Amino acid sequence: MKHLLSVDDLTTDQVLELFETAADMHDVQSREVKKLPALRGRTVVNMFFEDSTRTRSSFEIAGKWLSADVINVSAKGSSTSKGESLRDTVLTVCAMGVDGLVLRHPASGAALQVSQWVDASVVNAGDGTHEHPTQALLDAYTLQRRLGSLEGRHVVIVGDLTHSRVFRSNIQCLTRLGAQVTVVAPPTLMPSGIGAWSASAGFETSYDVDAVLPHADAVMMLRVQRERMTGAFFPTAREYTVGYGLTRDRLALLGPDVPICHPGPMNRGLEIAADAADAAQSLVLEQVSSGLAIRMAVLYHLLAGESQGGMA
Amino acid sequence: MPAPDNASEPGPGRGDRTVLDARDISRALTRISHELLERNKGATDLVLLGLHTRGVPLARRIAERIAAVEGAPVAVGELDVTMYRDDLRSQPTRRAHKTALPAGGIDRKVVVLVDDVLFSGRTIRAALDALADLGRPAAVRLAVLVDRGHRQLPIRADHVGKNLPSALAERVSVRLSEIDGTDEVTIS
Repeated sequence: MKHLLSVDDLTTDQVLELFETAADMHDVQSREVKKLPALRGRTVVNMFFEDSTRTRSSFEIAGKWLSADVINVSAKGSSTSKGESLRDTVLTVCAMGVDGLVLRHPASGAALQVSQWVDASVVNAGDGTHEHPTQALLDAYTLQRRLGSLEGRHVVIVGDLTHSRVFRSNIQCLTRLGAQVTVVAPPTLMPSGIGAWSASAGFETSYDVDAVLPHADAVMMLRVQRERMTGAFFPTAREYTVGYGLTRDRLALLGPDVPICHPGPMNRGLEIAADAADAAQSLVLEQVSSGLAIRMAVLYHLLAGESQGGMA
Repeated sequence: MPAPDNASEPGPGRGDRTVLDARDISRALTRISHELLERNKGATDLVLLGLHTRGVPLARRIAERIAAVEGAPVAVGELDVTMYRDDLRSQPTRRAHKTALPAGGIDRKVVVLVDDVLFSGRTIRAALDALADLGRPAAVRLAVLVDRGHRQLPIRADHVGKNLPSALAERVSVRLSEIDGTDEVTIS
């Protein structure tokens, strides 16, 4: 494994192996010395051209706990704001001897493009509305820890599907692990062409969240991404909440043990009510600690072995 | 450059010579168990940590013997040193295993590392580093089933099942029933 650009690049065995490594890494979080020497002497650059709190700090801590040197570059305050192209920026940074490049970029396909330019291992930390593989891995890992196995379990994903890279990666990861997936969104936020995709990938679509929730083994709420919305996708926020938010009333439709996930950041009161976000069955904070373990596992698998790039 | 420090590959080949059979292994482990008890003056504060892969069942077997003699269970766990190896980079990515410490932890305990073959000493070096990150034992001892020589680091075992002088090119294989279905040590 040289890069992690898409969940599709991974075999099912590789996904399960990452989960097993993540389970080992999980134990590190409860140790007094939270440090493993596996990536000593390796350098990881977090290059974020979009805002992020949890993904960036999660990758940063993951790298540091594995003893890698981690450097953060964000678009604000970098040479990008002076007009440097993406290619020049990554080539410049990689010329400093970087082993791993964690990239978030607003353009779909940016990570793939960058991986063709550099010797370093590239991890896609979100490219536009395309993919966010580590988020999908951590979601599936969190659910698997809670539910035992995902085989035959019914996972419902609700929210802004059009703008969600998390959902695109999640579909691949969850169906790969045998889960039945139903995605729910208002018609305006259902991606065009989803009919053909759902038929070939084997998942269901629905516009009616109240009909689907009673049959769910797990629920994933997606964030309403106002920053990507250029048109009017729904009349008012209130109307979205009434139609598709996980309100207190809808929480009652779920069994008391049905886990609730949200990739964060949450718009409390919009797509998820505080009652649901803070419910005992909410896995939101568990997702964060799982994310750290998954990202440690990913960095370990990409960077610990013999270097496959041009540098010895 | 880095020599394999643990040559316990399963599967018999041509020209294998059995050095220890099941009864020899059993006797060696019984002796090691008694030596540990004598040296430690009992089983209190003793923690046995098996090193992956074949040190884990060996540690369990020693724990059973100690429990049978002392009439009380002894703390036993498993230690994975993958992340601490010095040859991580010269090989494809190694699979990590589980590290499981007994409930009482290892602080102020006498930790006995248990492994099948002591060779270059590099695994034990990694294990000592791993221990330092997990706590501060009162003492660390090393028990191995076979010491085949060829050390590359200043490390020695406190308890040895069998000293087995070997040529560098020879392969020492430990097979244990929990993993390989049979108990034997062969050299080829």
